[in-house]
Amino acid sequence: MRLELKGITKQFPGVLANDDVHLSVGEGEIVALLGENGAGKTTLMNILYGLYTPTSGEVLIDDEPLELHSPSDAIAAGIGMVHQHFMLVPVFTVAENVILGDEPAKRAGWLDKQRARKTVRDISSRYKLDVDPDAVIEDLPVGIQQRVEIIKVLEREARFVVFDEPTSVLTPTEVEGFFNIVNGLKNDGKGIIFISHKLGEALEIADRIVIMRRGRTVAEVLPADVDEEKLAELMVGRPVDLRVHKEEATPGDVVLSVEHLVVLDDRHQRAVDGLSLEVRAGEIVGIAGVQGNGQTELVESLTGMRPSLGGIVRLNGEDITTNSPRSIHKRNVAHVPEDRQKSGLVLSFTVTENIVLDSYYEAPVSRGILMNWSAAEERALRLVEEYDVRTPSVDVAVSTLSGGNQQKVIVAREFDRDVALVIASQPTRGIDVGSIEYIHSRIVEERDNNAAVLIVSSELDEITALSDRILVMYDGKIAGEFDPSASTTEIGLAMLGSQGEAGAM
Amino acid sequence: MTANAPTVTAEVKTRATPEERRATAIGVILVLLGAFVFWIFGLGVESGARSNFNLSLPGERFENLRWEVSSQWLAFIVAATLAFLGGFVLRRSQVKRTNLALAIGLSLFVLAFLTWAAADGSFSLVGMLRSSVLLSVPVTLGALSGLMCERVAVINIAIEGQLLTAAFVGTIMGSAWGIWAGLIGAMLTGALLGAVLAVLAIRYRIDQIIAGVVINIFALGLTSFLARRVLSEAQELNSPGRFPSIKIPVLGDIPVVGSLLFNHNMFVYVTFLLVIALHFGLFYTRWGLRSRSVGEHPKAADTVGIDVYRIRYRNVIYGGLIAGFGGAFLTLAQVSRFEENLTAGIGFIGLAAMIFGRWMPLGALGAGLVFGFARALQQKLGILGTPIPSEFLSMTPYIVTIIVVAGVVGRARPPAADGQPYIKD
Repeated sequence: MRLELKGITKQFPGVLANDDVHLSVGEGEIVALLGENGAGKTTLMNILYGLYTPTSGEVLIDDEPLELHSPSDAIAAGIGMVHQHFMLVPVFTVAENVILGDEPAKRAGWLDKQRARKTVRDISSRYKLDVDPDAVIEDLPVGIQQRVEIIKVLEREARFVVFDEPTSVLTPTEVEGFFNIVNGLKNDGKGIIFISHKLGEALEIADRIVIMRRGRTVAEVLPADVDEEKLAELMVGRPVDLRVHKEEATPGDVVLSVEHLVVLDDRHQRAVDGLSLEVRAGEIVGIAGVQGNGQTELVESLTGMRPSLGGIVRLNGEDITTNSPRSIHKRNVAHVPEDRQKSGLVLSFTVTENIVLDSYYEAPVSRGILMNWSAAEERALRLVEEYDVRTPSVDVAVSTLSGGNQQKVIVAREFDRDVALVIASQPTRGIDVGSIEYIHSRIVEERDNNAAVLIVSSELDEITALSDRILVMYDGKIAGEFDPSASTTEIGLAMLGSQGEAGAM
Repeated sequence: MTANAPTVTAEVKTRATPEERRATAIGVILVLLGAFVFWIFGLGVESGARSNFNLSLPGERFENLRWEVSSQWLAFIVAATLAFLGGFVLRRSQVKRTNLALAIGLSLFVLAFLTWAAADGSFSLVGMLRSSVLLSVPVTLGALSGLMCERVAVINIAIEGQLLTAAFVGTIMGSAWGIWAGLIGAMLTGALLGAVLAVLAIRYRIDQIIAGVVINIFALGLTSFLARRVLSEAQELNSPGRFPSIKIPVLGDIPVVGSLLFNHNMFVYVTFLLVIALHFGLFYTRWGLRSRSVGEHPKAADTVGIDVYRIRYRNVIYGGLIAGFGGAFLTLAQVSRFEENLTAGIGFIGLAAMIFGRWMPLGALGAGLVFGFARALQQKLGILGTPIPSEFLSMTPYIVTIIVVAGVVGRARPPAADGQPYIKD
């Protein structure tokens, strides 16, 4: 059995997402598909899964062309997909999610829940997945949710399984467990396509690595023949330096101090539960942790976007616990929010309009009730130049920019003053390597200008590369403090909340 | 150096959570209600006054069942209970039970109110409860229609228009060809308007609120115009006759319960059965699982090969059939003639009942009964002649709606994709 994508081209209005792409995978083989965000990996997989129709090219199994017009066609052909954003109904149980679309039923469509449970239990024990069929999805950690997705694929008897960025939501320890599962599938004769932008993982798990850049397959290599540097170069198209360059930190006075902070999430549960921390001038403190352990609520509360239930937040000694976002912003706090498209930018606004979102109400950008657009544009032009934002003009909607350039617009707006504190959440999520390098160097620059910096990221590599001090957040609390030189295993264990020795500074 | 050690959280002082603040407010309200009952309903009646509640209707097998009570003492007992409940809620230790306490408290308040209204007189309790059941039917059906649609993430605020148009068509067809033809015509009319909503919302992705408003305005305009032009000319088209009451053997003869539940027209029984069928349908069948998945996470449904659009169309049309059935009840069972704007907001109250019932069929029935009770109370008090002006009384159902939706519901969770069109890339 061999699955083959042959000469796939996909033209979107204005964008050539895939350009004559070739990829194949056989039984019991793991192929890693590497590429930067925007290289066309996801488009390719959506074609394979019947969600898009290619402009030209075909998908074949054993040289027989397939007609893929919908996911059902792909499922029928034995192709399964574990999506990056899980396709699970949060309020359903595991069993309900697994059978959805392929329900065992008795007369009159009456669901056979007994059989559904048994199916889940059988697959779960066969591949050592350890999943309870009656658990409700929204109560499960993401690592387990991913296993539910795998069970869904196996229940439909897929022979080829596509994993789209499967490790981006996992802790280092969970990644190992995940690799064991994938190897189990491989030994069972499944053909596996593993999409990633993480070089180390591709080298570790794949039998063969295919690299995509700007919609094309640019190279196919064997893991034994390459190293990370080489892969990065193939992926980006130029030599890349993967390290962050910075001098030893010289921490000064405490800028941000948080004591016993309690914050509720949208479901009124305690997301941040009595957390305390301090960030000093001239140091970068990184918060590591699996998503959903209160990081989002912590940042929202520190920046005034979410009321806290208890505790005190001080900025340079001043109590700012109940201050508004604007008043915190005006105290020279720069905030790079977690979701740039939702809370960082107004997507339909132009670059200029987004740049003056923080200052539209005061001189020189406005005079009384009137906007002074020439002053606004002046500021925008200066920042676009200074922060290397690649845009045809400052008058285009910010939605037309790439992710990396959108992020630079936010960084430009927030950093363009004498910053006392930087709070950056997932500062490089989903952007290209060039922009990552740039934003990292800007953050280090702010630190060297004596700003206090708090970084939250679910990418442990980013945290260890940037931070002078690492805090691990688990279940709304700080579960340990580490030096950046600490081993990932140690930090990974703390991310899972194990009560080990917290590394001392 | 830093406060990095895992901290003990026990000593952390916190401000009140939203739930706790709500509990405090409800506790205060219960205590105030208690005080009100004590002074107005307790001290406000003469100490010897007695209230009579009739528990049977004339002509039943067990006639003359009644319950007699001292008006003042009952008010005192209720006032004490309300104060106790308020204190219980205010202690904050049982935030979870706030809603239960509120429900008990409000029921007792209503009881005290009725006792006061019936002081030195008699009051047909069963009669009022029976009409609560009847009046709850269109509200419950409206709520069921709404939840059929919202469970697949289409917001249907056109229920009002569906009820009204269906009632109109039911009247005309019922007058021309008999009540059964009227019923079928009404249901098809509801389904047709459902299909219009579905096309606007699903295919053309028009804002669902606007689409619903448009249908409502259209329905009101069209039926009012035709009622004036056609029905006033041809009166014979405005007397469709009614579905008769069917007394269920044996069950119908049980005191109190029999006249409340088992001596009604076909619409009441079908509504009860529909509630049960939808409950099991939604939670125990393939259809229900797929419908709910489409309302919660349409993309997930799509990736496992479920046709999101088809399920949405189908359920919105089913919702229209149910609303049409409710419209038929209005002119083929409740009254037997059509008037302009006959529904007067019942569809919107149905929508409120859907929310109050947390998008559950059984909840819709419960909420429908609450609204039916409010309406029956209003009618009964009008007859009883209390000092409350009738304009205020006729506000009752709407005030109950506002209180229920704003205050009592708390945090109901609608289907996650509710109101969002699904766009296949």
